[in-house]
Amino acid sequence: MERMPKWADVVLIPLISLLLAAVLSGLVILAIGEDPINALNLMIKGALGSTYGWGYTLYYATNFMFTGLAVAVAFHARLFNIGGEGQAMLGGLGVALVCLYLPWPHWSLALIASTVGAALFGAAWAFLPAVLQAKRGSHIVITTIMFNFIAAAFLNWLLVGPLKPRGGMDPSTARFPEATNLPSLHDLLAPLGISFSKAAPANISFLVGILACVLVWVLIWRTRLGYEIRAFGHSEPAARYAGISPTKITVITMLISGGLAGMMAINNVMGEAERLVLNATEGAGFIGIAVALMGRSHPFGVFLAAILFGFLYQGGAELALWTAIPRELIIVIQALVILFTGALDNMVRMPLERIFMALRRRGA
Amino acid sequence: MTADTPDAARQVTAAPDPQVPAIELRGISKAFGPVQANKDISIRVMPGTIHGIIGENGAGKSTLMSILYGFYKADAGEIFISGQKTTIPDSQAAIAAGIGMVFQHFKLVENFTVLENIILGAEDGGLLRPSLAKARASLKSLATEYELNVDPDAVIEDIGVGMQQRVEILKALYRQADILILDEPTGVLTPPEADHLFRILRNLRDEGKTIILITHKLREIMDITDTVSVMRRGEMTATVKTAETSPAQLAELMVGRKVLLRVEKTPATPGKPVLDVDNLRVVDAAGVERLRGVSFTIRAGEVLGLAGVAGNGQSELLEVLGGMMPATGTVRVNGTPIDLTGPHADGQSRRAAGIAHVPEDRQRKGLIMDYAAWENSVFGYHRDPTIGRGPLMRNAAILDHAAAQMQRFDVRPPNPRLPAKAFSGGNQQKVVLAREIERGPDLLLIGQPTRGVDIGAIEFIHQQVIALRDAGKAILLVSVELDEIMALSDRIAVIFDGRIMGEVAAEDASARELGLMMAGVSTGKAS
Repeated sequence: MERMPKWADVVLIPLISLLLAAVLSGLVILAIGEDPINALNLMIKGALGSTYGWGYTLYYATNFMFTGLAVAVAFHARLFNIGGEGQAMLGGLGVALVCLYLPWPHWSLALIASTVGAALFGAAWAFLPAVLQAKRGSHIVITTIMFNFIAAAFLNWLLVGPLKPRGGMDPSTARFPEATNLPSLHDLLAPLGISFSKAAPANISFLVGILACVLVWVLIWRTRLGYEIRAFGHSEPAARYAGISPTKITVITMLISGGLAGMMAINNVMGEAERLVLNATEGAGFIGIAVALMGRSHPFGVFLAAILFGFLYQGGAELALWTAIPRELIIVIQALVILFTGALDNMVRMPLERIFMALRRRGA
Repeated sequence: MTADTPDAARQVTAAPDPQVPAIELRGISKAFGPVQANKDISIRVMPGTIHGIIGENGAGKSTLMSILYGFYKADAGEIFISGQKTTIPDSQAAIAAGIGMVFQHFKLVENFTVLENIILGAEDGGLLRPSLAKARASLKSLATEYELNVDPDAVIEDIGVGMQQRVEILKALYRQADILILDEPTGVLTPPEADHLFRILRNLRDEGKTIILITHKLREIMDITDTVSVMRRGEMTATVKTAETSPAQLAELMVGRKVLLRVEKTPATPGKPVLDVDNLRVVDAAGVERLRGVSFTIRAGEVLGLAGVAGNGQSELLEVLGGMMPATGTVRVNGTPIDLTGPHADGQSRRAAGIAHVPEDRQRKGLIMDYAAWENSVFGYHRDPTIGRGPLMRNAAILDHAAAQMQRFDVRPPNPRLPAKAFSGGNQQKVVLAREIERGPDLLLIGQPTRGVDIGAIEFIHQQVIALRDAGKAILLVSVELDEIMALSDRIAVIFDGRIMGEVAAEDASARELGLMMAGVSTGKAS
C-alpha cells in the first residue's frame, strides 16, 4: 500500500523542500543585513524577467540537464557517478577535436559529429572506473572523483601545451571555425517572429538536451536494457539469477552515464565559448548530482530541476551584480536547496506521510 | 507495576496464581489505514502453559504480538498481565512487565560475545565487569536449569543459528521474563535443533514460565502446545485445547475451508533422462569445497527430491544448475552438455536450454521486490523475442499477459500493477512459479517451494508441481522440509556435506532413515 499519493511524492515534497530552503536562505540574507524580498525580486527579474535572463537560465539549465541525466541513469543501476565533471571536461576535448581538426560544411553536421565525439570521450572517461568497479570492486565514488582530478590535470596540460595555438596568450584552443558555430535561441526563434536576446548564450543544445531527456526516459522504462539496469540497481543477486551480468550492466550503464555527461560540452564548449577553455565545466558536473536527486532520477524531474538550478545560477549572478550580497552567498543558497531537496528528503517526507495516513484514516 | 521497581514486582509474579491468566487480552483492535490487522481479539493464556498462535501469513499474529510487546499501540482493547490491567507503550514497559520476545530475525550484535549480547541494554552501571560477572553466574544456573547450554565467551557470528536463538531466549530470561513470546522460532532450525528447542520450551513451562509460540506449522502446534488459538484475517477464529483438536481441523480453521494436507498423485511414469549430473564440484569464494563430486540423473516425468539440512550444498547445486555459480564436472540437459564455467554459464543460457528455476530465496533472487507483478512476470525472460521488438519491450502486452496469468494461478490480489513486495509470500511464490512453469521448460529447479507460504497456497503450489511432472517434465525439488520432500518426490536423494549420501524410492523412504542420512550416517543404500 502506498503511503501517500504519487503526486504528493513527486510534486509536493520537492515544493515544500524548496520553500524551506527559500525561507532559510531569506533568513541568511536578513542576517547579513539585506532585504530578502528585494533579493528574491532581483533574482526572478534577473533570471526570468527578460529574454536575456531566460537565455542565461536556459543555457545553464542545458548543462545541468546533461549532467543530471548522467547521474540519474547511473542511479538506476545504484551506481553513484560523481565523475560528471571530469567526463564533461573530456567531452569538451572530444568537441574541440571534432571542430578543430575536421572540416565541416554546415553546423548541423558538425553538431551531430560533435555530439558523438563528446559522448565517446565522456564515455571513455567513465570506462575505467566502471571496469574497476565491476571487476575489482574499487568503489565507483572514489574512482570517478579521482578521475575528475586527472581530467582537470590532463586538460590543463593540453591547453597550455599541444592544443594551444601558436602565440596564444591564454590556456585555450584556437577558436572553432565559423561553420561549426551553433545557432543561438535568437537565431532559432527569429524566423518565428519571436525576438530573443542576441547576447544570451542559450543555443540549440537546449533542444538536444530535451531530446536526451526523452531518449533516457525511453531507455529506462521502455527498453530491455533499461529493465536490466533497474533490476540490477534493485538487487544484484536477483540480476544474477535472471542472467543479467553485473559486470556488463555496470560497464554499459557507466558508459551511457559518462556519454551523457560528456554531451554537455556541445552546450558550453561548442555553443557558448566556441573554443575549449580551462575549467569550462564550472562545476556543472557536481550540480548534476543535486539535479538528479531533486528530479528523483526521472528524466522529466531532471528537466524541471535543471531549469530550477539554471534559475538559481543566473539569478544568483544578478544578485551578486546588483547588491552587496557576495557571490559566495549564492553558493550557500544553492547548497541549501541541495540540502533540503536531496539530503533532507526524509525530513519532509515522514511528517507528510503521517499527515496523509491520518487523512486517509479519517476518510476510511 | 512500574518500570522503576521491576524486582519488587517480580515477587508478585514469581508465584503465579494458576487460576489467573498470565496474559489476558480483551477486545484488541488495530488498523493500518483501511486494513484491519486485528479485529476485537480476546485471548487468555494461563500461566505455566505453552500457547500456540497459528494462522496464515498476514492473519495478524505478528501485529498482535507487537501490540503485546509495545511496538504498536492498539486502537482499542485492554491488556491484563497476571490479572492487573497494564498499558505497554514501548518494549521497555513490556520487559518490565515480564514479557520477553524472541524474534524471527535475531537482534544480536554479530561481533559481540554471547555474554556481551546478554547484558546489552541491561548493564547495571558504567563499568562492564560487574555486569558481565553477574551475567556469567546467572547464565550458568540457567544453563543447568533449562538445558540452555551456550559458551558465554563465543562470538555470535561464530556460532550456529540454533545457538543464536538460545542466546535470544537467555536474553529474555536474564531480564527475568515470565512470559516468553517466540515468533516462528523453527524457521531457521534443523530438525534436531528444533527438537532441542522444544525440550527447552517444555523445561521452561515446567518451571512455571508461560510461553506463546507463533507459527504456521501445524506439526509444531500439535507437538508442543497445550492450547492453541487460530487467527484468520485479523480475527481470532477459535481457541482450543491441543489434545482435543486435529491438524485437519486447525487447517480448516486457518484457511476457512477444507484443505488437503496430503498431495494426491499417481505413480510416476519416468521417460528418458533429462538432467544428467556427473561428478559436480564447487569451491566457494572462501576456498571451501561445497559440492564434492555430486552425480545423479532425473528423467522426464519424475520428481527427484533432494533432502538435507540447510547448508550442505543443496543451495550451491541449484545455483550451479541455474547458471549463477561456476562449477567443474559435467551436466547434460537432454544429452547436450551445458557450459559450467565459460561465457554461457549464465541464467539466460540456462533458460534457453530449457531449465526453469524457482530459487530458494524468492525475495532476494526470484523477484525484484520493487518491480510490479507484470514486470516480474518476464524477469529472466526479458530478452525473449516474444515480449518485445528489438531493444524495446511491449509493456502493454506483457501487462495483459501477466493479468491473465495471475488469474490462472489465483494470485491475490490479481492486480499486475502492484509491486511484488505488496503480495504475501504465497502469492509472490505463485508469481514466480507461473513465470517459470508457463514457458514449458524441460527441467524445473525448485528450491524451498513453500518456505514462508501459507497453507492454502502450499496446496496449490504442490498441485502445480505434480501437474508439471504429469506433463512429462523433470523436476529437481530441494527442500529442508522433510514432509514436503516425502509428499512430492518420486525418488529421494539425501545430500550431506556436499555429497549424495544415498537415494531411495519415495514409497520405501522412512523419515527415520532419511534423518540418519541427513545427519551424515550412511545406511548402506548409497548409490
